[in-house]
Amino acid sequence: MQEFTNTETISFEQLDELVLWINKIHGFNFTGYSRASLKRRVTRIMELRGLSLFDLKSLLVNDFNFLEEFIIEITVNVTEMFRDPTFYRALREKVLPYLASFQRIKVWNAGCSTGEELYSFAILLSLEKLYNRAFLYGTDINTYVLDIAKKGIYDLKQMKVYSENYMATGATGTLADFYTAEYDAASINHSLKKNTLFSVHNLVSDGVFNEFQLISCRNVLIYFNVELQKQVLNLFYESLCPFGFLCLGAKESMRDLDLLKKFKIVDKTENIYQKIA
Amino acid sequence: MLNLTSNIISKIQNAEILLIGCSAGGFNLVYELVASLPAKFPLPVIVIIHRSRKYKSSMEDLLDSKSRIQVKLSEDKENVKKGCVYFAPPDYHLLLEPEGCFSLDSSEPVLFSRPSIDVTFKSVADVYNDKVIAMLLSGANEDGADGLCYIHDKGGLVIVQDPDSAEVRRMPEAALTRCKGGLVLNNPDIFTFLKSIATNRK
Repeated sequence: MQEFTNTETISFEQLDELVLWINKIHGFNFTGYSRASLKRRVTRIMELRGLSLFDLKSLLVNDFNFLEEFIIEITVNVTEMFRDPTFYRALREKVLPYLASFQRIKVWNAGCSTGEELYSFAILLSLEKLYNRAFLYGTDINTYVLDIAKKGIYDLKQMKVYSENYMATGATGTLADFYTAEYDAASINHSLKKNTLFSVHNLVSDGVFNEFQLISCRNVLIYFNVELQKQVLNLFYESLCPFGFLCLGAKESMRDLDLLKKFKIVDKTENIYQKIA
Repeated sequence: MLNLTSNIISKIQNAEILLIGCSAGGFNLVYELVASLPAKFPLPVIVIIHRSRKYKSSMEDLLDSKSRIQVKLSEDKENVKKGCVYFAPPDYHLLLEPEGCFSLDSSEPVLFSRPSIDVTFKSVADVYNDKVIAMLLSGANEDGADGLCYIHDKGGLVIVQDPDSAEVRRMPEAALTRCKGGLVLNNPDIFTFLKSIATNRK
């Protein structure tokens, strides 16, 4: 991604107005999003497509297909398999032995984007012989990325980085055990896809839809303001079974004291929590 | 001897935040600059350094113990305060919210860099407008040049390390090619300049 101009494309006031418009017309509520990040993403769309604020507004009002593209562009869909290997190591050592004591292991990967993290979880569960007892739900607000996630076919070039990540987790074997390479694509093994479901869920407006033993939502909360972060963390709390686990991103530690009382910190640096009250 | 024009002194007096960006060859200088700051330096300081996410860096902890001023990694939604030097965490872009707190962002690298100097410089300028002082030091890519232009256009004060005194000259050189009107300082003058911030803002 290239940064373009040297002048401000849209001001914070104009951005706030745009957010109100989108909510009124389309019912998508971005008011709880980080304004700095949103401003950067909207600036990027306007510059990439050469749109003025007037053009952007009229497209959003008159062209319903544009909204889909707009949401794809303003949400961050950068993800990797086994991103932060130390996190996966902590998960294997501190969480999976406990999860093994549950009869069913339901996993919710919230904000799953194109699915790389969900399949990383599937691989980890399969290595510990827990996959057949598990079911993994991946949700996102963006239907485009969910379609990619369902297919589980990724650029073979990226597998090099993912393989290095995998090795760094200390897991046995290699990542290549879990995908088939064909031409320039890597297709995740079908056996890892059978207990998965990808579906639309908006963390801002949708509620509890199941009870989970493990919820992972990494590098999503950073795009929300403090109030929305708290609301979403409460949603996760409500969605966890007693003694269920919550994984947040490396830089997303839970700071709200009322919430912290209801969780035990399993790993402080990797931000893994267990519901205890 | 560093002679500052009245225009620059008035910009120093007007400023509310100091930004420092660097990459290859800039670590030692940043280390010494931060270590030279008084405990009550009058502006919050944000440092953007390119570094690998693969190795745990303890630069902030080390600096915090060696410096009079507090030094830390910036955290998501943490309020920016003076008397503190904030480092951008590796593998995230660092943004500033209009409410005065940080946001981290893990979107695509810019010019192969995350954190990107351009991203933070622009984001801070969007909040502080002309009340920004930004310094760009040694580095091996062209990150920071756009951000400096952006700050300069908004009326902020832009400082570029003299490429002749930079360990790697590409970053300051790129900035000077793209952003005219910046103040070019050699290493001793950069230290003097930081001191002058402290004296002019008393």
